[in-house]
Amino acid sequence: MNAPEKKIGAPMNRVDGRQKVTGAAKYSAEYELPNMAYAVLVGSTVTKGRLSSIDTKDAERAPGVLAVITHLNAPKAPGVKPTGKDPSQPQTVGSALQVFMDDKIRFNDQPIAVVVANTLERARFAARLVRAQYAKEKHQTNLEANKANAFLPTQAKKNPKSPAADYQRGEVDAYKTGALKLEAEYVIPTEVHHPMELQAITAHWEAPDRLTLYDKTQGTMATRRDFARQWGLPEENVKVIATYVGGAFGNALHSWPHESAAIIAAKVVNRPVKLMLTREQMFTMVGYRPHTWQKIGMSATADGKITAITHESIGQTSTYEEFVEATLGQTKMMYQSPNLTTRYRLAALDVGSPIWMRGPGEATGAFALESAMDEMAFLLNIDPMEFRLRNYTDQDPEKNRPWSSKFLKECYQAGAQRVGWNKRQLKPGSLRDGEWFIGYGMGVGTFGAHRGSSKASAQLLPDGTVLLQSAVTDIGPGTGTAMTQIAADTLGLPPEKIRFEWGNSDFAQAPTQGGSAIVNTVGPAVQEVCMALKDKLRELAATSNGAFATAKKEDVSFADNHLTLAGNSTARATYADLVRQAGGKAVTVESKPSGEGQKFSMYSFSVHFAEVRVHELTGEVRVSKLISCADAGTIINEKTAGNQMKGGAVGGIGMALMEHAIIDDRFGRYVTKDLADYHVPVHADSPAIEVFFVNQPDPYVNQLGTKGIGEIATIGVAPAIANAVFNATGKRVRELPITPDKLV
Amino acid sequence: MATNHEPDVPANHNENRRTFLKQSSLLTALALVPGPVVSAAEAKLDERVAEAIEQIPLSLKVNGKKLKLKVEPRTTLLDLLRENLHLTGTKKGCDYGQCGACTVHVDGQRVNSCLSFAVMHDGQEITTIEGLAEGDKLHPMQEAFVKHDGFQCGYCTPGQIMSAVACVREGHAGSETEIREYMSGNICRCGAYSNIVAAIQDVKSGGQKV
Ligand code: FES
Ligand code: FES
Repeated sequence: MNAPEKKIGAPMNRVDGRQKVTGAAKYSAEYELPNMAYAVLVGSTVTKGRLSSIDTKDAERAPGVLAVITHLNAPKAPGVKPTGKDPSQPQTVGSALQVFMDDKIRFNDQPIAVVVANTLERARFAARLVRAQYAKEKHQTNLEANKANAFLPTQAKKNPKSPAADYQRGEVDAYKTGALKLEAEYVIPTEVHHPMELQAITAHWEAPDRLTLYDKTQGTMATRRDFARQWGLPEENVKVIATYVGGAFGNALHSWPHESAAIIAAKVVNRPVKLMLTREQMFTMVGYRPHTWQKIGMSATADGKITAITHESIGQTSTYEEFVEATLGQTKMMYQSPNLTTRYRLAALDVGSPIWMRGPGEATGAFALESAMDEMAFLLNIDPMEFRLRNYTDQDPEKNRPWSSKFLKECYQAGAQRVGWNKRQLKPGSLRDGEWFIGYGMGVGTFGAHRGSSKASAQLLPDGTVLLQSAVTDIGPGTGTAMTQIAADTLGLPPEKIRFEWGNSDFAQAPTQGGSAIVNTVGPAVQEVCMALKDKLRELAATSNGAFATAKKEDVSFADNHLTLAGNSTARATYADLVRQAGGKAVTVESKPSGEGQKFSMYSFSVHFAEVRVHELTGEVRVSKLISCADAGTIINEKTAGNQMKGGAVGGIGMALMEHAIIDDRFGRYVTKDLADYHVPVHADSPAIEVFFVNQPDPYVNQLGTKGIGEIATIGVAPAIANAVFNATGKRVRELPITPDKLV
Repeated sequence: MATNHEPDVPANHNENRRTFLKQSSLLTALALVPGPVVSAAEAKLDERVAEAIEQIPLSLKVNGKKLKLKVEPRTTLLDLLRENLHLTGTKKGCDYGQCGACTVHVDGQRVNSCLSFAVMHDGQEITTIEGLAEGDKLHPMQEAFVKHDGFQCGYCTPGQIMSAVACVREGHAGSETEIREYMSGNICRCGAYSNIVAAIQDVKSGGQKV
C-alpha cells in the first residue's frame, strides 16, 4: 500500500466549512434551551461617581419582565472580593470588574442593572425604564492630559526583569549625542476589536451548583476557572462551550462584566439566560487596543549604522486594572543598536480596561519603530530596505543568544520583488498616475514563537474513525483543520476518518487561543496523542495477535475495518474488537515544551510591503498592493494560513487608515458608537493581498517546526502603509489613522 | 485641553430609532396596574394584554415554507428569524444596517433583515442561508466559499453568501472592482475579502445557475 499523501502543508478545505456556509454553525447566542429568558444591560450615563438612587419600578412592571437586578438586590457570588484594591493583580484571569457589587461608577456605560424578560423585545423595552441618579465626580478620560501622571507598572516595580521594566543596553539615551539623529512622537488612538459577532453568552444553572456557559471566549478553561472561582464552585461543576466563536482578535481573552451579569441573572430567574451586547456596548466594556503615545529617538552613522535608540511609551489603562502589553518588545531585538533605552509607562483613566488586540502592543510599537526606521533612512538618503539590512541582527541583541531560526532576509527579497520595490524612488512624490501619487513602503513585524503545555485525547471509534478532543477554541484561524491534518499524517489516516472536536472545557485541557501559540502548543499534543493511540492499539491487538506485541508503532496502519502491520499481511485486528477491549476509554497525553528552547530566542518574523495611491486633491489613500511575507516556520495549511495573513493585513489597513474610537472628554463617553462612526475596512478598502511564506521548519520551538502567524500578520502593516504614504506625498503622519484631513 | 465636566444632558443612551416604542399604548395600559408591584409576568397580565394588542398576524413564506405567525410589531425580521423561528444562520452583527451579517433575500432582493420589522413583510417570501442549499447539495456559492476559504470565524459568512448570490444575480459581479464595490455592505472583520472575491469570481465565471 502506498503511503497516504501528506496532509501537513496541503491547502485542505476547512473541516467546519460546511457548517459555516450553511448557517449550521452555532455561536454562543444560538443555542436553543427550554424556557430561555433574555437579558439586557443598562449602563451608567456618567463616567465617574456613585449611584445615588436607582428606580426600577417601571421596569419591573413592564410586560414579560422576570427580574431587574442592580447592586441593591444582586445575589453576591461567594468568590467575589471587592474590586479596585489592587489594580495590578488581575489581568486575563479573574474577573477584574464584577457587576452590581457596589454603587461605584468607574467608567461610562458600566452596567448598573440587568433586565431579564421572557422575550428580547420586552427586555430591551424595560431596560429603558430603569432610571438612575448619580453623584458625579470629576473624571479623566484624556491620555494627553494625563501623561504627567504616568507610572511604571507594578509588575515592573516588583520585578526588574519584567518585560515592562525599563531596559538598557549601552549608554542611556545615547542618541542625544549622535551626529545624525531624529526624535519623533507617534500616537495611536484607541482601536476596538469589533469582531462581527457581538459578545454574547447563554448562562444556564443546570443545578444550584452546576453552571453551563455557552460563551464567546478564546479560552474555555480560563473562563471556567474564572467563573468557578467567582461562584466558589469546583471547576468540574462549570462547563464552558465555545465551539464557534465569531471572531475575537483578543477581546475574548478576558472575562467581562456582561458575563457575570448573565450568570447572576440566570441564578435569579432560575432559567437559562441569553445576553448579547449591542454594538455600542462593544466600545465600552469588552476591551480595546489602548490609546498610546510613543517617542523614539534614534541616531545613526552616515553609512547607515544605527548607534542608539530610545523608545518610550505611555499606554492608557483603567483605574481598576493595570493592563500591560509588549509595546517596546520589537525595538529591543530587531535592529543591531549598541545603545538602547526603553521606558514603558501606564496612565490610568476612568475608562473600561483595555485588552490585547491582534498583534497587540507589538503592533503599536512597530508603528513607531518602523516609521522611525523609514524616517532615518530618508534622513540618510538610503533605501529603507537597505537601511534595515545594514542593521540586521544575526543573533538576538537583547538576550545575546542565537535565534532558533530567522529567515527575514528571504522575506525582504520575496516581498520587494512582488511589490515592485525597484520602482520606488527615494524622493517622495516622484511617482504619479494622473491625479494619484504613488508610493511604496515597508514595515517589519515580529512576535515571540510561544509554546505552552497542552493535553489532547484520542479514541478509536467502531467505524474506524478517530475522535480527538481538546478544550482549545477556534476563533477563525482554522485550528480544527490544522489539528486534523497533523493527526492525519501521524495516524496515516485520511482526514475524513478523523474527527477533531474543540471548544469545550470538558475536553482535554488546552490553553487559551491567543498570542499566536495554538498550533505551536496544541499541535504537538495532537501529534503525541496520535502516536500514543497507535501504541495503545498495538498493545490491545497484541492480546489476540502476537505479531503486534513486538511490532513498532510506526508499522501499525489503519485499513478498512482493521489494523494491519507493515510487512505482515496476516496480522490484523478488527476495530470492533479493539474498541471493545478499550472499553470506551480515550488515550490522553500532555505535551510540554522541552528545556531546549531556553538556549534560543524564538520569534516569528514578517515584512509587509504596501503600494498606495494618494489623491492629490482629496487626500484619499487607496492601498493598491499589499504583500505580506512571513517566516512563521512550517505552514500546516497553506490555504487557512494564507487567509489568516491576509486577514491580519486587512486589520492593518484599518489601523493605518480608519480605525479611531473617539471619546468626548467632557462626558467621558464614546461618540463613535457603531460601525458607521467607527470605520473598519470593507471589501472596497482591501486590495487582493498577496502572501509569501518561507515555510522553513524551526528546529526548536516544537517538533512540527511551527512558529505562529496570528500576530505577525498585523504587526508592521500600519507603518508599511504610513511609510508608503510618505513616499507618495512627502507627508509624514505620526498619528494614526491617516485620514485625508492629515494629507491635504 | 479637555475639560472634564459634564453639562446636564438627558440620560438617553439608547438608539433613538426605537424611541417611539416609549409611547406605546401598552405602557399606558400597564401604568394603570395598581400598586404593590406584583410583577406583570407573575400576574399573567402581560400575556393577556399581549394577546390582545401586542401581537399582529403575519403570513410569511420562509425558505419555501408557508408560515402563519403572530408577532409583536416591534420585532425585527432578524429577531423573528433568530429568536422565534430559530433560524440562527442569519447573524446579528450590529442591528443597525451597517454590517450585512443579517442579509437575507426578500422576494429575491438582498436586504438587511435587522432594518425592517417582521410585520412589514406580510405575504413576502424570505430566503435565509438555511434555504440556499438543495438538501445535501450545496449552492454553488457555498461550494465556492468552502473551496476558496472565503471566511475564517464564519460569522459574516451567511450574510456574505446571501449578498454574493444577489450580487451575481443583479449582474454586479462583472469585475473584481465591481464585486468589491457591490459587496461593501458586508463587513468581514476577519478580513477574508480576497478569498470572498475569488469565490464570487469563480461562481460568476463557472456559469452555473445561481
Ligand atoms: S445586523 Fe443587520 S446590518 Fe448588521
Ligand atoms: S469570517 Fe469572521 S467576520 Fe468574516
